[in-house]
Amino acid sequence: MKIAVCIKQVPDSWAEKKMVGGLLDRANVDAVLNDLDEYAIEEALRIAEAHGGNEEGGANTVTVISMGPERATEAIRKALSMGANDSILISDATLAGADAVLTSQVLASVITKENFDIVICGTESTDARMSVVPAMISEKLDWAQLTFASKVEVDPSTQRVSITRVTEAGVEEIFAVFPVVISVVEKINEPRYPSFKGIMAAKKKTIDIRNCASTGVQVAAAWSTVIDSAPRPPRAAGVVVTDDGGAGQKLVDFLIEKKLV
Amino acid sequence: MSTVLILADFVGEKASKSTVEIATAGAVIGEVTALVLAPVGKGAARAATLVQGPIAKAIVVESDDFDKHGVPATADALAQVITKMQPAAVLVVSYAFGKEVAGRVAMKVESGIITDAVAIAADCTTTQLVFGGSTTVHSKVSHGVSIITVRPNTVTADFVTCSPAIETLPLSIAEKSKLATITSSQPPVKGGRPELTEANIVVSGGRGTNGDFAAVENFADSLGAAVGASRAATDAGWYPHSHQVGQTGKTVSPTLYVACGISGAIQHRAGMQTSKTIVVINKDPEAPLFELADFGVVGDLFAVLPPATEGVKARKP
Repeated sequence: MKIAVCIKQVPDSWAEKKMVGGLLDRANVDAVLNDLDEYAIEEALRIAEAHGGNEEGGANTVTVISMGPERATEAIRKALSMGANDSILISDATLAGADAVLTSQVLASVITKENFDIVICGTESTDARMSVVPAMISEKLDWAQLTFASKVEVDPSTQRVSITRVTEAGVEEIFAVFPVVISVVEKINEPRYPSFKGIMAAKKKTIDIRNCASTGVQVAAAWSTVIDSAPRPPRAAGVVVTDDGGAGQKLVDFLIEKKLV
Repeated sequence: MSTVLILADFVGEKASKSTVEIATAGAVIGEVTALVLAPVGKGAARAATLVQGPIAKAIVVESDDFDKHGVPATADALAQVITKMQPAAVLVVSYAFGKEVAGRVAMKVESGIITDAVAIAADCTTTQLVFGGSTTVHSKVSHGVSIITVRPNTVTADFVTCSPAIETLPLSIAEKSKLATITSSQPPVKGGRPELTEANIVVSGGRGTNGDFAAVENFADSLGAAVGASRAATDAGWYPHSHQVGQTGKTVSPTLYVACGISGAIQHRAGMQTSKTIVVINKDPEAPLFELADFGVVGDLFAVLPPATEGVKARKP
């Protein structure tokens, strides 16, 4: 099987994020591999390992695909050190500030050229938090959408993929045949830490850096535009009491005063 | 007058509160038409539950493909109706399902998409709270129809009585929208407590519970609240991951949020800092979450919560 994992480098989730000129300021914060993409990488590796592995010349390959500045190679290197085989980075100044539509078009066009059977994504990036790109890639490719998976089962002989989808609406069992776009929820697995051997091996793996022209996607103005943004005012300071045995009642009094009970 | 298309949301077989909310948001832009998608034979009954909210018309499309093929089939129908109606805006409820439908529709009708709006102006300018609610952003779709998903519980619903004119529209769903098949579907397990993202009150526990959520749950039950947990608590396996509040968990914005034994890393704040009133209970007076507290208690949650629980119960008849 040829498996692709779409990943994104995002500002560290512990960092304060700011808007500059209508876009998230990415330059002045620590950048990391999107937390939720680690589950996607792990799931891809597990699927490969369950069906013959992804060693060189083996039955399966796991390819990491990302779009972002050249700095995104750091996030890709982490995915490679976990065990992915190779990677493609679409890096082009014209793509800075790309919206979900453009991002999905670019990723879909890269995927189309490589004959993948399975594409796996995280459910969302921790910066934009839209949760739409996996569905939009599936739409663009006309591939089956198997998203918000808490469990994935693949049968390479029948090319059938079954998932358990978990959302606010409940739990669904869904299946489709290759090619499919999967997104996996947090905690579907326990992502591995890169081993020393994995880290050394990743240094020799290929990161194929391509420009936007190679994808054939025409970059137009973004289809949604930020007009303005502002930090929200800090909350007014509240009352803090130290418990002397009566704080429970003081809390109830506060709730009564606020008409919350 | 411009028209606005909303994708009506049903819980069970009834139009949900979220449907009234998106109708209310849409009525600011123009006359609201609700799209009712239903299995064969159930369209009229579902449309008949559109009795509240500023809804002028309803378009009913019946097909068994919606339940069988989910998001892609729904997006297929919605895009066809958009192409026919050419509305100024399309509003969808911002749950996983609605966002994915909106995303696919944006690709199909070549339009921009904005997710998680908390307010919409007459010219379709949206307000979003991003980065865990720390920043307000105003945005606008600049190409095609404005495809907007609206975060539940943020728009104050106008429960005005309505009786929309109902039109039935025959549509067929393309084969490419039927590539994935749903073989079974179960509604969310409803415990005795409200759903986290819909609850008016949320009581959450963190590292300070040491794995014992009984005091947190008892206090939550006295208030009729949902129970949340910090990432530290879910990572430790103390509480189900589905209850995690934070950057990689759920975002909640209740009337009252009570954080018990949660220090308040940005990870957690991102999921709760837009709550209207925040109460913080923590042994550590230096816990950063006290910065957000309207009422804070420096103390042991196991000493503070039981008398508070009794105090709240004593208020109830």
